[in-house]
Amino acid sequence: MTRKVLMQGNEAVVEGAIKGGMRFFAGYPITPSTEIAEMAALKLPRVGGRFIQMEDEIASMAAVLGASAVGTKTMTATSGPGFSLKQENLGYGCMTELPCVVVNVQRSGPSTGLPTSPSQGDVMQAKWGTHGDHPVIALSPSSVEETYHLTIRCFNLAEKYRTPVILLMDEIVGHLREGVSIPENEQVDIIERKLKERPDVFHLPYHVCEGEYVPRWHLTGYDVRYNITGLAHGVDGFPTNNNEIAGALVTRLVEKINHGYEDIVTFEEYMLDDADMMVVCYGGTARSVKTAVDMARAQGIKVGMFRAITVWPSPEKELKALSKKIKSVIVAEHNYGQYSLEVQRIIERPVGFVGKVDGTVITPDEVLAKIKEGR
Amino acid sequence: MDRMELRLTGSGGQGVILATIILAEAALYSGKNAVQSQSYGPEARGGMCKAEVIISEDEIGFTKVMKPTFLLALTQESLNKFGATVDENCVIMMDDSLVEIETKAKNVIKAPILATAREKVGKAFTANIVAVGAINKALGLASFENLKEAVMGHIPAGTEEINIKALEMGNDLIK
Repeated sequence: MTRKVLMQGNEAVVEGAIKGGMRFFAGYPITPSTEIAEMAALKLPRVGGRFIQMEDEIASMAAVLGASAVGTKTMTATSGPGFSLKQENLGYGCMTELPCVVVNVQRSGPSTGLPTSPSQGDVMQAKWGTHGDHPVIALSPSSVEETYHLTIRCFNLAEKYRTPVILLMDEIVGHLREGVSIPENEQVDIIERKLKERPDVFHLPYHVCEGEYVPRWHLTGYDVRYNITGLAHGVDGFPTNNNEIAGALVTRLVEKINHGYEDIVTFEEYMLDDADMMVVCYGGTARSVKTAVDMARAQGIKVGMFRAITVWPSPEKELKALSKKIKSVIVAEHNYGQYSLEVQRIIERPVGFVGKVDGTVITPDEVLAKIKEGR
Repeated sequence: MDRMELRLTGSGGQGVILATIILAEAALYSGKNAVQSQSYGPEARGGMCKAEVIISEDEIGFTKVMKPTFLLALTQESLNKFGATVDENCVIMMDDSLVEIETKAKNVIKAPILATAREKVGKAFTANIVAVGAINKALGLASFENLKEAVMGHIPAGTEEINIKALEMGNDLIK
């Protein structure tokens, strides 16, 4: 067995990113994500990668997309205020299908809020922050070790679906130090972009092969030119006002993620087999919920936990199925009620809610009180 | 082993954050689970500073201290604030230069942590390592070898001897 080492959540992001193939990071430090930039600055040069501190978050996002456009695996990290600034370019990444990983270590908002306090107030922003209908994949870890593995997965999903992937962290896990066991020469599956046949011959850059949803990547660096634009574009990559082409493009962008549901969506079920009540949560909140479930079980209450690891797309099928056999559903999250609306939409009935917006962490006692109330 | 919730408090610069990191690592090396977290912001740079470590044989769910089973106070301010809210099962270790307070805790250990670092080790900045040695001895968290290894991973080159001396003297403070 590999000996456990003590690691901080933000540090695990960088370890996972480098393992996942990151060779470029552009960012602008912001609490509580700063350690990610620090570690990337330290570690990227050692593996032949490049770290740039840009003048702001907007430029960082642009630099990340630029590096992705020449085929590099890229990442940026930020928190709420910076995540807001990144939104326009994030949408550009969705539209142009440039893979990258965007880490948001959530802190209390709105605006600059409480910089060192935890929150999950950006969960809806992760889905709808950039304008227009667009594909979204967002993963949310609840432990330091899981942060490492999910970061690798973010890179794989970004390349596979050619889209920005959000690692939706929170201060609870970002600043937490705990034991992780990462075997030194661990073999992990790494996904690379599917390539078009020949890089030296012009291919329609956005042509999608029969039976596929994602255009294969036209490798750059050869004497071939093609266009990339945030405007609606046809398979040739050039702007168009053709409504049919524009409609087909947006439909494909959204459907490529829907089509990948089984592949993308992951979740954790805890004590749900005989449960007549479940607490739905994600990210660092799960630490409070799991302890609360244990406390409630010790008192004979049949309650379990459902944790969305993939927050977007939401684990719709699983939640719907569980809601048929489990009577009461509670959502716990560090905001004023956001994901609870999504859960309500999915299960088509009201849910109980435990939330917090004062910058403190939801305690197991608070979840337990709600469990008892909802019984 | 029950969940042990340790809260280390003092003023920014005394190294209580590093002390919790070392204790968490030593516990991991001894095959236990550990999580560590700390207060951020301006208070960590001169004001009152608080850092926490939770140690358990079982998987650790909630990552923060609910009911501290141990409190270290290196300043009067932190003893006054955090000592007042503990329950009777909490072990308090206070620097012996501080004035005792009214507390429910039955077991209060007065230890000359700051004086040992300053006068016997000869460097005031080793107070956190003295504390680490004393805490580990009092609570039996990790073997001394594991503790030593954790300390060695966090100190600047050239300070090995003085830090190990501090660790040993801290260990010897508790009988």
